Amino acid sequence: MLNQQDILSTIHMIDQQNLDIRTITMGISLLDCCHSDPKVACEKIYDKITSSAKNLVKTGEDIEAEFGIPIVNKRISVTPIALVAGASDTDDYVPFAQALDRAAKETGVNFIGGFSALVQKGMTRGDRNLIASIPEALAVTDLVCSSVNIGSTKAGINMDAVKLMGETVKACADRTAHQGGFGCAKLVVFCNAVEDNPFMAGAFHGVGEAERVINVGVSGPGVVHHALKAVKGQPFDVVAETIKKTAFRVTRMGQLVAQEASSRLGVPFGIVDLSLAPTPAIGDSVARILEEMGLEVCGTHGTTAALALLNDAVKKGGVMASSSVGGLSGAFIPVSEDEGMIAAARSGALTLEKLEAMTCVCSVGLDMIAVPGDTTAATISAIIADEAAIGMINQKTTAVRIIPAPGRKVGDTVEFGGLLGSAPVMPCHTGSAEEFVARGGRIPAPMHSLKN
Amino acid sequence: MRAIITVVGKDQVGIIASVCGEISQRNVNVLDISQTILQDYFTMVMLVDVSKCTIPFAQLAQELSDSGKERSLDIRVQREDIFNAMHRI
Repeated sequence: MLNQQDILSTIHMIDQQNLDIRTITMGISLLDCCHSDPKVACEKIYDKITSSAKNLVKTGEDIEAEFGIPIVNKRISVTPIALVAGASDTDDYVPFAQALDRAAKETGVNFIGGFSALVQKGMTRGDRNLIASIPEALAVTDLVCSSVNIGSTKAGINMDAVKLMGETVKACADRTAHQGGFGCAKLVVFCNAVEDNPFMAGAFHGVGEAERVINVGVSGPGVVHHALKAVKGQPFDVVAETIKKTAFRVTRMGQLVAQEASSRLGVPFGIVDLSLAPTPAIGDSVARILEEMGLEVCGTHGTTAALALLNDAVKKGGVMASSSVGGLSGAFIPVSEDEGMIAAARSGALTLEKLEAMTCVCSVGLDMIAVPGDTTAATISAIIADEAAIGMINQKTTAVRIIPAPGRKVGDTVEFGGLLGSAPVMPCHTGSAEEFVARGGRIPAPMHSLKN
Repeated sequence: MRAIITVVGKDQVGIIASVCGEISQRNVNVLDISQTILQDYFTMVMLVDVSKCTIPFAQLAQELSDSGKERSLDIRVQREDIFNAMHRI
């Protein structure tokens, strides 16, 4: 029989340390839903999603009950809509978002991702239409998430798209001003976006993926934090080993759930995403893990090194526990969704500059950050360009999910509620980047040798 | 299918008897039991076979959890696979 202590430790992890499966995400290809008549295309999209995912939520709940492990979200990701809607004779893609929203509500999932465009090298008519539709689409739907990939290591950074996305983020905030700019919380701007990410708001089903696929995202900052409390004051080798062992256990559970969901739904298993995804709940914070390593407050000197160790150890521990690892796989640092980050940002210890440095060593980027409402579109574009440059040069995924909260200034807080938490409005530089952003064109792809 | 039942709570007379009584009515077979008391806290781990259980697994879990609450006990039943996955290579 299993060791009693092992059994009780698992139960403690679930009960007291917020261990959970963060998401089961079903990826669905919509490439066969293209049609010149947008109405027909939307119907095909709705039908395909609702028939493919009709048992997704029920299966998730069954697994939850049998294994006694919470599965927080059940979600759907679809083929970037710019590719599907591009075939239709229309410039207005809002109805496509509404079709996704209806399908998501019918299947009972929390979010649906894929109102997306991939424009790292250039924009098609479909891509331009999609980007133009984003502010309205995110305002009139509840569950649709949008992402735009504006750069990659192989293609460089599309600065025309960067300019456009700065304006789109601003328009999104203004269009949802009555909700504190909530639309922006559902919009991610990527560099090196991955095709199998199960996490929102950035999930989409890449064109290299199968017809349908099940991807699972695990979580467990609370478990890692708890494990580190037991090795207080010990050298970093011990810290790394402890994180690896914990990540291994957490990922094994994710693998089990992924396989179970895949066989019950009759949909191939894709990947397990080894991410440490925090929530605003006490004891579920990535910032507190960094502080447990000996930092007085997250954001002070040493934070980047601590995060680098954490991110790497999570991957090393998790990679052996799963047959297929993918997605973003690393520690997330969404400010509004992490109780420790919120506290650090409020106290002024955690700044935008430090967050930017932290994104060099972890997934994913400047995530769920509120800035003053009077921040210009050009400044937001410049923030996106900086973050994309980090991703492009370091061959990693980076992203920006930023909320220029209408009418708010530094020191205010924007409440989003639920897993999205509350975001303290953080200061950003006021020096203009207008001329820089107005240039447009493309920042060329970087050298792959002479690395220094 | 095998499952693990765990019971945690303040020690009191008849915990094992009542849990065993309840699951036997549902045709769940006990394969192994271990039990300890730590600082007045009762902890029991049972390995059971639920393949002939007369009700769906989710319902069994709910019934055990509800009957535990009446006596201030935390009772849960989970498939054995999750513990094997986490603690065995």
